[in-house]
Amino acid sequence: MTWSAVVRTRLGALALDVQLADRTGVTALLGPNGAGKTSLVRVLAGLLRPDAGRVVVGGEVVCDLGAGLCLPPEDRRVGYVPQGYALFPHLTALDNVAFGLRGRRTERRERARAVMAELSADGLVDRRVGALSGGERQRVALARALAVQPRLLLLDEPLAALDVGVRRTTRAYLGERVRQVGVPVVLVTHDVRDVDALADHVVVLEEGRVAQEGTVHEVGGAPEGAFAAEFFGVRT
Amino acid sequence: MSAPRSVGLGALVAAPAVLLAGALVLLLLLPALGLLLASSPAQLWGGVRHPLFLPALWLSARTSLLALLVVALTGTPLAWFLSRGQGALSRLLESLVDLPVVVPPAVIGVALLTAFGRQGLLGPALDGLGIALPFTTAAVVVAQAVVSAPFYVAAATQAFRQVDPELLDVARTLGASRTRAVLSVAVPVALPGLVSGLALAWARSLGEFGATLLFAGNLAGVTQTLPLAIYTALESDVRVAVALSLALVAVALLALVGLRSLPALLWRRG
Repeated sequence: MTWSAVVRTRLGALALDVQLADRTGVTALLGPNGAGKTSLVRVLAGLLRPDAGRVVVGGEVVCDLGAGLCLPPEDRRVGYVPQGYALFPHLTALDNVAFGLRGRRTERRERARAVMAELSADGLVDRRVGALSGGERQRVALARALAVQPRLLLLDEPLAALDVGVRRTTRAYLGERVRQVGVPVVLVTHDVRDVDALADHVVVLEEGRVAQEGTVHEVGGAPEGAFAAEFFGVRT
Repeated sequence: MSAPRSVGLGALVAAPAVLLAGALVLLLLLPALGLLLASSPAQLWGGVRHPLFLPALWLSARTSLLALLVVALTGTPLAWFLSRGQGALSRLLESLVDLPVVVPPAVIGVALLTAFGRQGLLGPALDGLGIALPFTTAAVVVAQAVVSAPFYVAAATQAFRQVDPELLDVARTLGASRTRAVLSVAVPVALPGLVSGLALAWARSLGEFGATLLFAGNLAGVTQTLPLAIYTALESDVRVAVALSLALVAVALLALVGLRSLPALLWRRG
């Protein structure tokens, strides 16, 4: 499964102008605040309609403004795990995961239960989301996004909300699951350890444009520009 | 700041503050106490059995619940739009919706007559349809809806504003249409706020007097709600008025407690 995006849009002071073709695996999206990372993620999800562009997900054109097409998020099958996870507070963990499933209530719950078991989150099934720890919330949010079998998974700072100790184990968990599922991922992060542990490719955004891209090895080995140098400089 | 100093300052401010707060509590409680002491249980029972009471109670219950339904059905979407709107239009609309709170009920009654009365704005149109609104039970409902809607809309707008937009975004990516995202996520998340808004609106409807009197009149069994029955009773016998008042307080308290405990019950479920 691959995805491609050509996006041009203006948002206040930001002029987003990005072209990314035939991406697979885990793409880490890096860049300073205001570089357009979250905007790009929202365009991919269908939550933000760009001024111009074309987005292809899993072989399907979900947005082609030249042809006047831009599918709403509900018709895209693009999974989205925002910062802080945005679990539905009025539902149990199980019903959060079942939210996106179709069919009768018992069937939906049965399938949600199976997804949670696959993600080793079956112990959380009956818990209220208010009673979950940060790492547990992340598992439920991931299960909820994966339950609808997305063709692209968007993770916006999936570990930033966690305590340092939990972050390491959760990072390992996330890396394992994401590879296991095999769906392409866009990972927004500010942490070089996330890139090392999770990413295949790196895209550095600066002021709405792609400043550098390549494998983690390429970009990490020869970072161009002040941001990338600073970002990867942490390890030296 | 050192602890002893803050305690000293606190005590200095606290004494007059406690006195002032206590004075208000007294002012609020004394009328209720007066009402309670002015009537013996026998007189209260007499009030309940008074011919004015039951028809007025029944009318109040019907009209105020109908008004509440109208307010909930129309006010919920309006509050949703107001909570998401950022433009000047939405701010203007929000102020306009609040108007009935600051305008005296008697003025609202007159205004309703100028809108729906026979000589009013919509009078001829309604007349053509064979509808005469003023001095009917429907007019009572309209008056109650107008005076109570702002309370619900304000509370619901506030409650919807607290709903994290990311929740709706995620719901959309999970296949929910815009409408379904609002109904299945925003409404349940905002429910405690919506219910307390409904409780306020309902209390306002139940107590509505001025606008009803002017727009709907005071016809026993047709437009004579409990507050109007109290007014009528006061002209003949204070004791009946007191008994009716106590009964109204009791009904309102019961309903308020019930409505207030509803969100807790709803959240415990599932």
